[in-house]
Amino acid sequence: MGILSAEIWQSVSLTIELASLTTVILLILGTPLAWWLARSKSWWTEIIAAIVALPLVLPPTVLGFYLLVMLGPGGPGGLIASLWRGRTLAFTFGGLVAASVLYAMPFVVQPIRNAFAALGDRPLEVAATLRASPSRAFWTVAVPLARPGFLTGAVLGFAHTIGEFGLVLMIGGNIPGRTKVLSIAIFDYVEASRWREASILAGLMVFFAFTVILAMTLIDKRTARRLT
Amino acid sequence: MFTRLVRSVSAAAGLLLLMVSNPHAAEINVAVAANFTEPAKEIATAFNQKTGHTAVLSFGASGQFYSQITQGAPFQVFLSADTARPQKLVDDGLAVPDSRFTYAIGKLVLWSKTPGLVQGEATLKAATFAKLSICNPAAAPYGAAAVEAMKALGVYEALQPKLVEGATITQAYQFVETGNAELGFVALSQLAANEAGSRWLVPQQLYTPIRQDAVLLKNGTDNEAASAFIAFLKSAEARAIIEKYGYMLDGQS
Repeated sequence: MGILSAEIWQSVSLTIELASLTTVILLILGTPLAWWLARSKSWWTEIIAAIVALPLVLPPTVLGFYLLVMLGPGGPGGLIASLWRGRTLAFTFGGLVAASVLYAMPFVVQPIRNAFAALGDRPLEVAATLRASPSRAFWTVAVPLARPGFLTGAVLGFAHTIGEFGLVLMIGGNIPGRTKVLSIAIFDYVEASRWREASILAGLMVFFAFTVILAMTLIDKRTARRLT
Repeated sequence: MFTRLVRSVSAAAGLLLLMVSNPHAAEINVAVAANFTEPAKEIATAFNQKTGHTAVLSFGASGQFYSQITQGAPFQVFLSADTARPQKLVDDGLAVPDSRFTYAIGKLVLWSKTPGLVQGEATLKAATFAKLSICNPAAAPYGAAAVEAMKALGVYEALQPKLVEGATITQAYQFVETGNAELGFVALSQLAANEAGSRWLVPQQLYTPIRQDAVLLKNGTDNEAASAFIAFLKSAEARAIIEKYGYMLDGQS
């Protein structure tokens, strides 16, 4: 790939790494959360759901500002960093992962929650009459039936993390190989008037976004067909 | 807080009065390099009191403004943090050639919030810190000057893994202010109202003087207020403000 320099490749692979790790963590954390949100009848379910959904509405600068303070030496991030004699979690890959998990959470939790909710009680009741334990019913009945929700959540979470910019700009520090993700690299090239590189990367992003949206539509269509 | 509110409200009221009383009052948009934020605000207020015109200020990295102006950004005046970008705009035919002049010469400072942490070049050589904040050297002249100074001291290679970059000098300052970086290269003007911590005024021979040029953009050619702003920037009143923030003036060095 002659047109892409080593510098650009570094940003590409860093971005994919960040998005993959974020998606995996969100599937692990988000699944029980989505299950609880979908099944619980307690009155504060919707309060938790609203908190999870906050990043959909808040400007990234709000989260970026809080995180810059929270990750720093005066906040919990600094406390964690001091375990390995660090000073701050800002400017680290780990800090970006933590930020991305918060930021992309609604995109993963929401579709999974909806999928779980759409199941209703019936399949689980049937599983129970067949003497399946609740955990067995969850893994063998609920999860397979909610598969489209998981797929949608994973794709959206991954794509959203790739598209993240404001948050990373505020807490990343633009460090090649650690926090200089694609969106930041593009910003950097535009600022430095290196428009050739900027347009290559921007073009790649457009292609990627198009592919994601198309894939989402196809997943939706297939699901709809299966259900009817 | 309340007095500040009262003050800004009365300033706004005064401004309104001026605009009513002066039929020629106009509004211009000025792109200001982030390091010049504080003096620019003060100058804009003085400019307004003197002429009745209003200068609406936008702050950012010089490189960012350059890119935006080439794409038709609605600015009439550009206060860059370097000489190269205003010159390029002149070459591009986007700025008025003979309007370009050096309004300030910036000073680079190594600064920490921790008293005693910054003790001159020895601090950089010992490198007992985790993070050193600078601004993007490709887009912001103060970042380029910081890199130049570190290279001149022979510490750049060693410090590179510890560098964190802000998009503008304001962000580089903010990384130190929030404690995420122990120290950083900032503009002396940013420390004008801040006596705390420790600092080292980087000796001028370590970096090329940061000559900051202003230029009248093509957009503002026929704009009376824009020419008035450029003229005001050269006035004794504006020069006093610029000096107060720790800049040198052209012809003083």
